[in-house]
Amino acid sequence: MSGKFTMVAAINRAIDEAMAEDDGVILLGEDVAAKQGGGVFKISSGLSEKYGTHRVRATPISEQAIMGACVGAALAGFRPIAEIMLMNFVTVAMDQIVNHAAKLRFMSGGQTNVPLVIRTTTGVGVGFGGQHSDMLEAWFAHVPGLKVVTPSNAADAQGLMRAAIACNDPVIFIENILCYGVAGDDPGPGHVVPLGQAAVAVEGSDCTIVTYGRTVLDALSVAAELKETGVSVEVVDLRTIAPYDEATVMASVRKTGRAVVLHEAVKAYGTGAEISARIHEAAFNELKAPVQRVGGAFSAVPMATALKQAWIPTKDGIKAAVHRAMDWKR
Amino acid sequence: MDRAKLLDIYTRTMRVARADEKFRSLLMSGKMAVVYYTVRGQELVSAAAIAALDQSDYLVTTYRGQHDQIAKGVPLDLLFAEIMGKATGTCKGKGGSMHITHPATGVMVTTGVVGSGLPIANGLALASQNRGDGKVTMVCFGDGATNIGAFHEAMNMAQLWKLPVIFFCQNNRYGEHTAFADHTDVASIAARAAAYNMHSVTVDGNDAEAMYGAAKAAVDRARAGDGPTLIEAMCYRMMGHFFGADFSYMPAAHLAEMAAADPLPRLRTLMLDHQFSEAELDRIVAGIDAEVDAAAQFAFDSPLPDASEIRKDVFEEEIAA
Repeated sequence: MSGKFTMVAAINRAIDEAMAEDDGVILLGEDVAAKQGGGVFKISSGLSEKYGTHRVRATPISEQAIMGACVGAALAGFRPIAEIMLMNFVTVAMDQIVNHAAKLRFMSGGQTNVPLVIRTTTGVGVGFGGQHSDMLEAWFAHVPGLKVVTPSNAADAQGLMRAAIACNDPVIFIENILCYGVAGDDPGPGHVVPLGQAAVAVEGSDCTIVTYGRTVLDALSVAAELKETGVSVEVVDLRTIAPYDEATVMASVRKTGRAVVLHEAVKAYGTGAEISARIHEAAFNELKAPVQRVGGAFSAVPMATALKQAWIPTKDGIKAAVHRAMDWKR
Repeated sequence: MDRAKLLDIYTRTMRVARADEKFRSLLMSGKMAVVYYTVRGQELVSAAAIAALDQSDYLVTTYRGQHDQIAKGVPLDLLFAEIMGKATGTCKGKGGSMHITHPATGVMVTTGVVGSGLPIANGLALASQNRGDGKVTMVCFGDGATNIGAFHEAMNMAQLWKLPVIFFCQNNRYGEHTAFADHTDVASIAARAAAYNMHSVTVDGNDAEAMYGAAKAAVDRARAGDGPTLIEAMCYRMMGHFFGADFSYMPAAHLAEMAAADPLPRLRTLMLDHQFSEAELDRIVAGIDAEVDAAAQFAFDSPLPDASEIRKDVFEEEIAA
């Protein structure tokens, strides 16, 4: 990636633009206002000064209350953004998300809806250990009524955040701490990336890697390295995990005949299982090899660097999966 | 108390009571087969409190919420149809008795999860505070809900931000099958407000004048921007947890105390004391009964929802078949 635009600046700009356009866009979360430093990761830096502490509300450490307040404000026609500092803390607010935000449109017969964005941060790579690192996207993808988004680069982060705020349904917006500082191209103001549209991050003809978020960077790196060995890898960045862009995924897999699904989350029962199953259901006879999956190990995320390396999907592990697909014999 | 407001409370109470009786009779006769949480014993507490709200004010309630919804003005025909799972119901039959929603009368959420309404009420109130629209949000819950974390998180946040919200605890002495003293060691729920620096009051919920007065004071306080109130309204759940459920676990002394406190005869006496005639009150009830019967008939005559509804209202856009 060229340029010097970071994901932190991108998300900040998207929220800033949305707040400038609509008084109903409000931000609730721990430490988000200027008095508290503009958020632990500085995503909301400058916003309370600009829009006031009635719209950028630093909250007590009360995830249920934060989420419930956002659900209620959304029912009243606002477009709240809930900042849940780390994804594991979302577990404390699951009732509001799963029983209320996700279901109120359906259970009310469409009389009400919850245009809510839940911003949260996580990532295995930082070394925070078992309760600050999980990627829990599969939990939310499994719930009817929720959309799940995760950007891999700054420009997409900006565009997806604008689309998430504009969405009339609840969106879980997952950020990876390790992506915050990665510099990329500045798409300029007003950039929107529609939800539900994947991007082909690099084209190839032998094997498709379907992934999202931070592991897109690993996949791109693997694609570049394998190209040197004569294996042409196409990388599909889902951007929206649920509902995902099946058309783009299937077009790529039909072209290459092989697929690897890659995510940082625990492999077992992960989104990779769903995507793999759907590829098999739709295109079994067109596949040259079974869909391969790469994901995190089946344990809590460990703190020790040595263990973390054994836990997290590595570039070697991704290459091995591509080779398994390439070398498959019927 | 002025006679017009008293008549208003009487009418709301009897609409709740007669509709609840109709639901129970349809269940007993086998004409209707749904899970139903009867509001017998809590008709007046709800009617008198909600009479202090405007129709545009927000209400959040819980699965035992028919009294709150009817008192707030949800049309009976739509309510009966929803509870019977018909396409003409408030929620097209997708919610049922535990999830009645009717924004036109301010009923924004009915939750089946104990305590979950409180944080949501804060959000509705926050929207009103930011907009300056003068609306007040009332959230109804039982004594059992005051031991779940959401209650405490919501109370703290509401007071911190001085939200225009009323926490209306209908203390019916039982959380499911567990008596108050067996789930809570503090003598009163109102006392818990002190922990959040919040104003609170305990009131005899079956005393129409006291109940209305307490609610009106809380509404005035919220509208003036002076923040939330916790109201603890003492009342009784005069039947089991859900309709048909055994309640032999209630001690005889409690049952006797409960029968003596029945709000319906007490309200009738109050009305007569205020120079309303027997004939006048009977006429009001007859009118309500006609409306209730018509509502039930409307529900019976209504179509079932189409199977395609399963793909609608999951998201704004319909899900592919």
